[in-house]
Amino acid sequence: MNLTDLIFIFFAGLLVLSALGVIGSRNPVHSVLFLVLCFFNCSALWLLLEAEFLAITLVLVYVGAVMVLFLFVVMMLDINIAKMRQGFVRYLPIGALIALVMVAQMIWVVGPFDQHAFDSAHLGQAVVHAADYSNTKALGRVIYTDYVFPFEIAAVILLVAIVAAISLTMRHREKTKYQTPGKQVQVRKQDRLRIVKMDAEVSE
Amino acid sequence: MISLSAYLSVGAVLFAISVGGIFLNRKNVVVLLMCIELMLLSANINFVAFSHYMNDISGQVFVFFILTVAAAEAAIGLAILVTLFRNRRTIDVDQLDSMKG
Repeated sequence: MNLTDLIFIFFAGLLVLSALGVIGSRNPVHSVLFLVLCFFNCSALWLLLEAEFLAITLVLVYVGAVMVLFLFVVMMLDINIAKMRQGFVRYLPIGALIALVMVAQMIWVVGPFDQHAFDSAHLGQAVVHAADYSNTKALGRVIYTDYVFPFEIAAVILLVAIVAAISLTMRHREKTKYQTPGKQVQVRKQDRLRIVKMDAEVSE
Repeated sequence: MISLSAYLSVGAVLFAISVGGIFLNRKNVVVLLMCIELMLLSANINFVAFSHYMNDISGQVFVFFILTVAAAEAAIGLAILVTLFRNRRTIDVDQLDSMKG
């Protein structure tokens, strides 16, 4: 067992433990923080797999943006924790059973027991790259050539998400007074100003 | 040398944990969304692992797109959640049955 194996076991074990923390913790804020730990450990695993760009993206985009959004919402909502935990113990046996069955089945298929399914003889050996190999450069070269159309669709999806999120959370209060710049600009002089002819006052 | 099946097993365990989390936290929508994020993460681990061991960078491109879609999904889901809480003062799944006929 060399150092790489130890690093893998450390981060994979921490990943699984923090995932258990996500689903098991009593307070949703703790769940979010455990999920942040999950993403950090997963990013370490991706560094082991030489996917450096995605590892950094996971930390920057997920931990930096999405999880902060989660934290915002969880702290903003007033969640009744005791009520939310109702049924946790009741569903614990069936949930644990289903999870165990699923993990047993999947590891039976993909795990190290079947020596013929996922070994290097069938998949080809993982290539050891040269020291000046840049994962970011390789990824960028593929994204901007072969996958440029899906890349643009992804941009449109993000735009749609922005518009949807803003339009969902925007609200108009009845009693608040708003300026409407369009109407302000359209006002003409004759709509508002009335010139009245009257005689000058004469002092007595 | 870490084998491919080690990474796939980690992904499988993570997926099973998130499925169990959906069963356990069925009242709390926020934790349900977090479980969905965990599921997407386990799929991403599989993509990156296969991409490394098959020496094909397309898998990482797919992870890139999955991250995009997951970010969009989280943003819209949380926006719906905020609107829901503003109108009903609860995020309990059991009480969100106003569309029941």
